[in-house]
Amino acid sequence: MSKFKKKKGGDLPAISTASLPDIVFMLLFFFMVATVMRQNTLKIQNNLPTANQLEKLDKKDRIIYIYAGKPSERYQSTFGQEARIQLGDKFADIKDIKLYIESERAKKNEALIPFLTTALKVDSDTNMGLVSDIKQELRKVEAYKINYTTRKAVDQAQVFENMN
Amino acid sequence: MAKRSAPEVNAGSMADIAFLLLIFFLVTTTIEVDSGISRKLPPIEDVEDPPIIKQKNIFTVLINKDDLLLVEDEVMEIKDLKEAAIAFLDNGGGTGEEGCDYCRGKKDPASSDNPDKAIISLQNDRFTSYKAYIAVQNELVAAYTALREREAQRLFNKSFIQMEKDVKDGSNYTGDKEKLKEQIEQVKLLFPQKLSEAEPKK
Repeated sequence: MSKFKKKKGGDLPAISTASLPDIVFMLLFFFMVATVMRQNTLKIQNNLPTANQLEKLDKKDRIIYIYAGKPSERYQSTFGQEARIQLGDKFADIKDIKLYIESERAKKNEALIPFLTTALKVDSDTNMGLVSDIKQELRKVEAYKINYTTRKAVDQAQVFENMN
Repeated sequence: MAKRSAPEVNAGSMADIAFLLLIFFLVTTTIEVDSGISRKLPPIEDVEDPPIIKQKNIFTVLINKDDLLLVEDEVMEIKDLKEAAIAFLDNGGGTGEEGCDYCRGKKDPASSDNPDKAIISLQNDRFTSYKAYIAVQNELVAAYTALREREAQRLFNKSFIQMEKDVKDGSNYTGDKEKLKEQIEQVKLLFPQKLSEAEPKK
């Protein structure tokens, strides 16, 4: 007498789920490879303006990011409401930009240095005064290639809305 | 007595673990690529005796602190800026050597001589908002792109935007890439981007 009797009758056999882990792992690997972790925690509001004459910034290893905008709400009590610059994870002053660019350059491969682009991620409500100061500093360290990072506008009307 | 085989490890929870990891990576993934308007800053060195540029070859665009647009001393709406910039760049009012045989503009002697000489000067106030500045930059770049597109169609019967795309990620492009690059340079040379930015007035 056997303990396990073979079932007989009309029951459908259960679908094997043995290959489910394989499928999930496949998805997992895809996302692991495609993931780029957020490098910096934003401490500022960063609502980018919209434009439609865009150039893509692929090659992430050739980009230095500079953020600017009003401090986000939880930092407003300590840093006020004026637009600030954020370099890496920290708030910074205009004069820190030089040092930051140089230290970022030192981290990169020497052959890449001429191709480095500085991406300016500036909040749309920032005054141009701050942006001009940043640009002036960048000129001083000879980081001439810049990119105003923007979102893609859905249509032309959205670009014009920027003016009001 | 027959050897008992080792009991099999229950792999039922493997899927759960994998799901957990999967969800983590799903949440942290940002696949989208940044994009924006690329610009080149001028070197800081002071030029001794700056070249004298005729007033008619300069197209002044001024954005004031209330984000209002003043183009060539006249108030203008942003939606008209692209057309105005195209009319200025494409004017080709010069004669003889300074002429421009591919321009289709009005050949107004009071406007630019040829696209090579035409300079767009962008000025803004310290209190101009960044989004207004980007909108204006966007329109000016659009003007150049429209003219280059026209020339690319005329010379090579190809779309300029498509040509640039092919060069950039042209793994699917079957033609001669070097030749394509040359053609792009050729088109760019017809309408070089000459955008000068003054320091903002305090």
